[in-house]
Amino acid sequence: MNTIHIPTPLRPFTDKRESVEVNGNTVGELLADLAKRYGGLRKHLYADDGKLRSFVNVYLNDEDIRYLEREQTPVKPGDSLSIVPSVAGGAQVVTPPSGRGTSGPTSHAGVDQDVLPALSQDEIKRYSRHLIMPEVGIDGQRKLKASSVLCIGAGGLGSPAAMYLAAAGVGRIGIVDFDVVDFSNLQRQLLHGTPDVGRSKLASAKDRLHALNPHVHVETYETSLSSENALKLFEPYDVILDGTDNFPTRYLVNDACVISGKPNAYGSIFRFEGQASVFATQGGPCYRCLYPEPPPPGLVPSCAEGGVLGVLPGIIGVIQATESIKLMLGIGEPLIGRFLIYDALKMRFRELKLRKDPECPVCGTHPTVTKLIDYEQFCGIRPESQAQAAGAAGNEWEITPVELKRRLDDGDDLFILDVREPNEYQINQIPGSTLIPLGELPRRYQELDPDREIVAQCKVGARSAKAVDYLRSVGFVKIKNLRGGILEWIDTVDPSQPKY
Amino acid sequence: MTLTLRLGVAGAIKHHGSETYPDECCGALIGRDGVVAGAYALPNTTEEGPRRRFRVRPQDYREAERRATEGGGDLLGFYHSHPDHPARPSQYDLDHAWPFFSYIIVSVRGGVPEDLTSWRLKEDRSAFDQENLVDGID
Repeated sequence: MNTIHIPTPLRPFTDKRESVEVNGNTVGELLADLAKRYGGLRKHLYADDGKLRSFVNVYLNDEDIRYLEREQTPVKPGDSLSIVPSVAGGAQVVTPPSGRGTSGPTSHAGVDQDVLPALSQDEIKRYSRHLIMPEVGIDGQRKLKASSVLCIGAGGLGSPAAMYLAAAGVGRIGIVDFDVVDFSNLQRQLLHGTPDVGRSKLASAKDRLHALNPHVHVETYETSLSSENALKLFEPYDVILDGTDNFPTRYLVNDACVISGKPNAYGSIFRFEGQASVFATQGGPCYRCLYPEPPPPGLVPSCAEGGVLGVLPGIIGVIQATESIKLMLGIGEPLIGRFLIYDALKMRFRELKLRKDPECPVCGTHPTVTKLIDYEQFCGIRPESQAQAAGAAGNEWEITPVELKRRLDDGDDLFILDVREPNEYQINQIPGSTLIPLGELPRRYQELDPDREIVAQCKVGARSAKAVDYLRSVGFVKIKNLRGGILEWIDTVDPSQPKY
Repeated sequence: MTLTLRLGVAGAIKHHGSETYPDECCGALIGRDGVVAGAYALPNTTEEGPRRRFRVRPQDYREAERRATEGGGDLLGFYHSHPDHPARPSQYDLDHAWPFFSYIIVSVRGGVPEDLTSWRLKEDRSAFDQENLVDGID
């Protein structure tokens, strides 16, 4: 019988005992007996190959077994063994600054000073305000000429970003979009003008950027970004600028950036608030470190539903362009590990610290997402056919305005839940209804009585259908959606109210 | 998981980190029930270059453990600095980590201490969990 002294970090495995009695004829046998009695500490003592880990020191009566016969050292009755942790660690070994430099984690990848393109007389004149700053200078301007940015979307964010990147002399600008210019775009998407309405956004963007700077190559991709084409589209670019307005594409851009090792100059806007950061740099966090999973579908409205202040994308898109340029030049402090939030109404910038999550499913130590997935499905957006099928089967969850009116007249106790926004509620309302905007529902649904029958209602019945889905997901069963919303209510029940 | 630092502990760790910059510093965390009462500086005895590595000798480890239990407390973990590197554990830190210990890392940039973070090894040794750090109770 011999005693082994257990160090603090292993005591939770030995019922908090500081020393344990074990049997054996050699040091190795005593340790094996210990691991047999207390299986939990095995993996901390032994590596996968069954050898003692290098940072596990074993002392036999105060003598390091490395200076004896190691694990074969014989033991006598009464000898005592001590396990003593060797505590070690240290920062990551620095990889030599090839391409991804030390100042900016993604200084322009792989650019060799000798092969940088020269600047023409015209270009020297054009970029003179850059050239006289030592942080840019001739070499920096040549770096910009050799670099490239892919803008996802030629809308609110893509417009100012692409325009400033072109003016600044970024050599190649790619744009992915498949939309056509609409009158409702002109309030903020400055790439496009009134005569462009009805044209493809790409054609309009190309004209505008060429007018700004004919030295810039503009590549256009008339397609919607998908899991099939993203990696191929990203491949020839140095920085990806995310100007998307929906969650599936945002997660797709993020994951494709992590997988392809391209930095993501991220921005997003909603109403009066904007956000920006730089994701997916080497060692830096990605969008999924912040939001591992998307919000339930429909709970975060898009700009089309919630609106957006026209000048807001100007600020955020230009921040994205600024960060792209800094990354490509390798200067300054990039917005890595920092999440910038801009409130236009208060005119305030806030900054949140972001950490790379070692558990992140995409960029963590043991990623579970290693190739691009189906992002529509990931974000809970069902293909149309399935949605229709669900709709057909979902009639028991619906009520028509006429039926609602009849039941109200019969004196049924119904709770009418209006999930529109307050300014819509001001325009018209179903008498007796209670307003809880859809976005507030997740934190306010407890105000509702699950025993009372609820009829959810919005403008046309789409948002309230999401509200019904959400409330069902949290356990409500006596709930129906008002088909056609308040507009059908006005058409069929109460024509005295205004429509909008 | 939350690790609470008594007033002055964070300052002592940061001070040690800037003192030894550009080399790494290291030391022991002593206290009980998730509250660090004191940080004890230990010599960095690595033979692999102290700019990027630290090592606590077995005799210093035993001394730290003895000191902790003598005061009626426990050895709660260790701290070290990452000169010009973020306050996040490296693969090397992971490979050498012990369970249940808190590992505090302070990043020191250009001699100026910045972030202080604390980490714990996961049960299966696959990664660290970041601990919530509460700084400065009396």
